[in-house]
Amino acid sequence: MPITERMVADLCAGLYEKALKTLPSDVMEALRKAEEKETEPIAKRIIASIIENVKMAEESDLVVCQDTGLPSYFFKIGTKSNIVGDLKKAIAEGTLKITQDLPLIPHCYHCITGFNPGTNLGERVPVVHFDIIPEAEYIEVTAAPIEGGGEFFNAFKNFRGLTRPDPIEFVKKFVIDTIASAGGRPCPPLIVGIGIGTSFDKVTMIAREASIRPLNIRHPDPFIRKIEDELLATINKLGIGPMGMGGDTTALAVNIETGHNGPCRPVAIKIQCWAAMKASARIYSDGTVVYL
Amino acid sequence: MKEIRLISPLNESDVRNLSIGDVIYLSGRVYQILGPGSTKAMEYAKRKEKLPFELENGVICHIYSSIKKINKDWKLNYAGVSTSTYLPIEPNFIRNYKIRALIGKGGVGKETIDAMKEVGCVYLAFTGGCAALFTTRVKGLEAIHWEDTPERVIAFKVEALGPLIVGIDARGNSVYEKIDDEVKKRLLKIRIMPSTV
Repeated sequence: MPITERMVADLCAGLYEKALKTLPSDVMEALRKAEEKETEPIAKRIIASIIENVKMAEESDLVVCQDTGLPSYFFKIGTKSNIVGDLKKAIAEGTLKITQDLPLIPHCYHCITGFNPGTNLGERVPVVHFDIIPEAEYIEVTAAPIEGGGEFFNAFKNFRGLTRPDPIEFVKKFVIDTIASAGGRPCPPLIVGIGIGTSFDKVTMIAREASIRPLNIRHPDPFIRKIEDELLATINKLGIGPMGMGGDTTALAVNIETGHNGPCRPVAIKIQCWAAMKASARIYSDGTVVYL
Repeated sequence: MKEIRLISPLNESDVRNLSIGDVIYLSGRVYQILGPGSTKAMEYAKRKEKLPFELENGVICHIYSSIKKINKDWKLNYAGVSTSTYLPIEPNFIRNYKIRALIGKGGVGKETIDAMKEVGCVYLAFTGGCAALFTTRVKGLEAIHWEDTPERVIAFKVEALGPLIVGIDARGNSVYEKIDDEVKKRLLKIRIMPSTV
């Protein structure tokens, strides 16, 4: 039995809804730790209200945040999976279904006129990324709607990447300056996803992947891991705090993803607010769905 | 950090007594007027016209809300605060209609703060992203004005809406300004240490 359009549409709708109504356990754990460690009373209170909000969303079957994002999915297709029908059509159908059923306030506007078709669908929206998993008999889908607040403050810069590259301190300074100038506007506590290296097109992609990487998974290279730790500590010394009202908790995590580059070393920063909407599942060729 | 319970409409002296950092739980009526379609209400303020609803001593919110009509009644799906500076407020709006509190996130500009000082109005920060918390504190929709337009104004009845943190008080003190200055100072002190490579 193959994976059908209907199965994929239902899965997309289900994952989008789950992403909106829950907060991943790794983010919750980081919030609880931050609440415990926070020394500013107002900041502590704000983090407590965030934790209470997530509980209320679960108890009352509500969305965590009213910004339900620009629809976006990551698809990893097992090379031994059996799919029939049009995947892209299925993704659009599932997105439209949840947009109408919940209903959502669609934040999908025409790029020139600003017209909102009201469907959460548009040219190149949902934003979908495809990858493959060798030999696997399933498709792995992640719904990760893109919230507007953090997106405003994403940044990109080129550095020299030749045999005598710019020192890594240049990159660190770029990150700190970006966070400092954003201040409270992207709704801290933040998750900072950073892409270093690869190419112009790929680096923003790995920055995004870094921003949805579970907060308890660290970069495998100890040198990069050290940069993650250092940046997190420095960001939290800025004193921006939750919602920009001061405190020790400006970021919950700094996640870096890396890759080799040519003569130019691009760096991209994806700023994610605390409401890190994401949900994943695998769908097997026999129709079984396993939520991850 | 004081914790205070207030009921809207508010009175001027209670509002003037609030200080930045106070934590408020608010009950009574709040208006969604500063949403995506707030221009109509702002035009009224520019022309100094009377609005078709009573705002004096009232509380207005920068929020996005999703509502649905079941038979003849409107029901709230969800609502949450938005960044106030993206949806500008006419300072005259606060002056003309004697607004006592603005609810939003991120604070407001200097001209608005000047009007707030004159009138006796505070800025109350609700935690960004906390739509479930906001929605569960809404106990009903009292009225909808300009119903079928994107400019619609909604009067919500809320119970213990909070925590709302006084971000700007009626003396013009601002948490945001204080933190901005502090961040700038700290940024100058931060020296990025050379790595061992």
